[in-house]
Amino acid sequence: MSTGGTPRSLPSSGQKSLQDISHPLSAEEAVRSCSPDILNTNSTGEKDLSLPNGTPVDTSSPASSSSLLNRLQLDDDLDGETRDLFVTVDDPKKHVSTMETYITYRVCTKTSRTEFDLPEYSVRRRYQDFDWLRNKLEDSQPTHLIPPLPEKFVMKGVVDRFSEEFVETRRKALDKFLKRVADHPVLSFNEHFNAFLSAKDLNKRQGLALLTKMGESVKYVTGGYKLRMRPVEFAAMSEYLDVFTQKLGTLDRIAQRIIKEQSEYLMELREYGPVYSSWASFEGELHEPLEGVAGCVSNCSSALDELTEDMSEEFLPVLREYVLYIESMKNVLKKRDQVQAEYETKLEAVVFREDKKTPVPTDVEKCQDRVECFNADLKADWDRWQNNKRQDFRQLLMGMADKNIQYYEKCLAAWESLILQLQDKQEAKCETN
Amino acid sequence: MYVCTREAVKVPKAQARDLETMADSGSEDLAVIENTDMTPSESENNLRNTMVEKGTSLLKKMEISVAEAEKRTGKNTVNMQETYTVYLIETRPVDAASEGNNSVPDSLWRRYSEFELLRNYLLVTYPFVVVPPLPEKRAEFVWHKLSADNMDPDFVERRRVGLENFLLRVASHPVLSNDKIFYSFLTEENGWKETVFETGFQAKADSRLKALNAIFRVKNPDKRFAEMKHYGDELQSVISQLLRVRARAADRLYGVYKVHGNYGRVFSEWSAIEKEMGDGLQSAGHHMDAYAASVDDILEEEEHYADQLKEYLFYADALRAVCRKHELIQYEMEMAAQDLISKKQQREELVTGTVRTFSLKGMTSKLFGQETPEQRDAKLKMLETQIEEGEDLVKDKNTECEEFVKSAWVDIDRFKEQKDHDLREALISYAIMQISMCKKGIQVWNNAKECFSKM
Repeated sequence: MSTGGTPRSLPSSGQKSLQDISHPLSAEEAVRSCSPDILNTNSTGEKDLSLPNGTPVDTSSPASSSSLLNRLQLDDDLDGETRDLFVTVDDPKKHVSTMETYITYRVCTKTSRTEFDLPEYSVRRRYQDFDWLRNKLEDSQPTHLIPPLPEKFVMKGVVDRFSEEFVETRRKALDKFLKRVADHPVLSFNEHFNAFLSAKDLNKRQGLALLTKMGESVKYVTGGYKLRMRPVEFAAMSEYLDVFTQKLGTLDRIAQRIIKEQSEYLMELREYGPVYSSWASFEGELHEPLEGVAGCVSNCSSALDELTEDMSEEFLPVLREYVLYIESMKNVLKKRDQVQAEYETKLEAVVFREDKKTPVPTDVEKCQDRVECFNADLKADWDRWQNNKRQDFRQLLMGMADKNIQYYEKCLAAWESLILQLQDKQEAKCETN
Repeated sequence: MYVCTREAVKVPKAQARDLETMADSGSEDLAVIENTDMTPSESENNLRNTMVEKGTSLLKKMEISVAEAEKRTGKNTVNMQETYTVYLIETRPVDAASEGNNSVPDSLWRRYSEFELLRNYLLVTYPFVVVPPLPEKRAEFVWHKLSADNMDPDFVERRRVGLENFLLRVASHPVLSNDKIFYSFLTEENGWKETVFETGFQAKADSRLKALNAIFRVKNPDKRFAEMKHYGDELQSVISQLLRVRARAADRLYGVYKVHGNYGRVFSEWSAIEKEMGDGLQSAGHHMDAYAASVDDILEEEEHYADQLKEYLFYADALRAVCRKHELIQYEMEMAAQDLISKKQQREELVTGTVRTFSLKGMTSKLFGQETPEQRDAKLKMLETQIEEGEDLVKDKNTECEEFVKSAWVDIDRFKEQKDHDLREALISYAIMQISMCKKGIQVWNNAKECFSKM
């Protein structure tokens, strides 16, 4: 494919062999985003890309080729057969030490990738470690959307950090985070991700990560470049995210309201059923049907309780997590704007100063490349994000529908068995009359 | 399926209308109730058929229904303008109906107060009967949506059904159905009120009412009646509680369903910014709207169930009234017996000259001298008459009591059987309602799920 040998870790190409993947410079691939210069640089193995603050970009695969590969990925819905990296988060355990108490999770990996020394790994990680990983990914893959983590801080006294529900909700979110990274054609090959999954000990690297993260974010905040014109597609993305955030907020409120109403209904039911029982206690013939009704109401109450709990514990957290995801996406869009703004400013300066026909300075060219690569990566990630979002919500909403169906089915079964019981008796009576 | 009709009786017009509305309310998404299930109105129909098949002579020859309700305005007794509702009572000879001859039924209009008058008359005239109750005068046990206003069309409609039910109950009662005043209530529009007053029942009503409200103690309470009264108390208390909690639960259920309507709106808004997800979201939203709307019908049907419970709530009161009346009769009997004993004792004292009981007369005669033999003879004679009368009274009261006990107990047994049957039917139809609600819910959510799957 490229003359200088393949980049260090080419993501799995799925069912197609490398020969079948069309050359990036071929007519089929609209290589609009990257200038020929960059490609040449890559083919000689030079890594000239760097962030605006000067930190070399730690890429396992160059940004430009990654965007191409993203577009080459024909099917984002990796099924079991094509996937070669499986990650799960489970088995939360509490650790008590003299200094602190915290929870660790088991991270299991199964893979056939050559980048990993072993086919299987099982390590224990705590939230801090996930946070470290995310920061590392953000640093090293600034043009990509990094999936979000569940909220770091919880108010002590309001939420019990060690309660079963909290830990389980967090575990699910962490599991989702790693799965999203593992499914990403670029991020999954990141060396920090590899280390996270396989290394015994992560401690040494944490301090450095914090500093790096801080330095970078400061730079971006005080970058101060003004954006001239945002390309239409990115403006559309930004607008979409704003409206989507709004709708998610509304959805969250509605779901909460429903849970509240259901809980209040449940309270009444819990009082309602027993009245039938106390009535049954002083009736003769009516004892059976009255107790039967009391039993049905009780069954329905339990079913409703389960429904409400499920919605609280499974539906709402996923909804809220998407808000975080949107925040991440917005941040990436901001970064992109910054990069473009910097390029435009530099370009402007050059254009003004030019009286002779001197070639455009290389750092302006590099800026332009940065912009174009960022745009390409972002578009690819946006498409992936949109697709994931569609699937996630499809699954979420279908799950909600399922839970409601199950609730009604449980109630139906209870009432139907009562009818059978009572109508049998009635028919027997009729015959004897 | 339980169908215990042996006589095919033509369904009264109002009932037929009910069945129609039941079928119509099955709109678009609602599940079809299978043939093996019984709809609530079918259950109610069975109730009426059972009443009819009891075969009172009245019902054998006439069909009764309360077909319509209308608003009227007029001047009341204090010459003030008032608005009230009148109900159309239709009667039709059974033969004409079964021949398929759609002859125009006889009809007359009555207002609620006239029904009350009829019932009061029956209460006084047949004290040993557990008299069927009227539907409530004012809407009680309401949940927030139901209007407590007597003029509200839903309330009026439910009252119409309740009044028809009352008439059928009376018409199917072995004793009450033969009453002439009841018959003329159904057939004579004018002058009926005067006829009722002419029976003089109000005088009896007043004295009985006073007596019933008085506190008295019976020396040897009849255990069976005491138990029945206690049962009536408990029944009233438990049904009240049930109706109260049910109303609160209905209120909450309404809230749950209606909030889902908000999903419809947000899905619609959200679908506007989506490409592939848009259609699925939009159509799912429609189903959420349908779900939210479905609660109105559900709760309306449940009101029907509440009405059935209310009937027995008021029946409990009628039962207690019979027990109370028995107590009164027994008390009167005991008083009569006690009076006789004391009169006999007085006679004995007079005859033997000994004073056993303290009396003012005895004291005064001791102090101021004894009476003359003539005075004593006169007194003796009076006492003898009184004793004779007293003995007759005791015999009468005994008979009255015995007869009352006998007839009351027949009616109480009849009532018990009716209550067991009716409430069992009501509970079954309630379960059927719940089943229908669950099936509708399953269908809506399945529809929504399908829309989500297409996202």
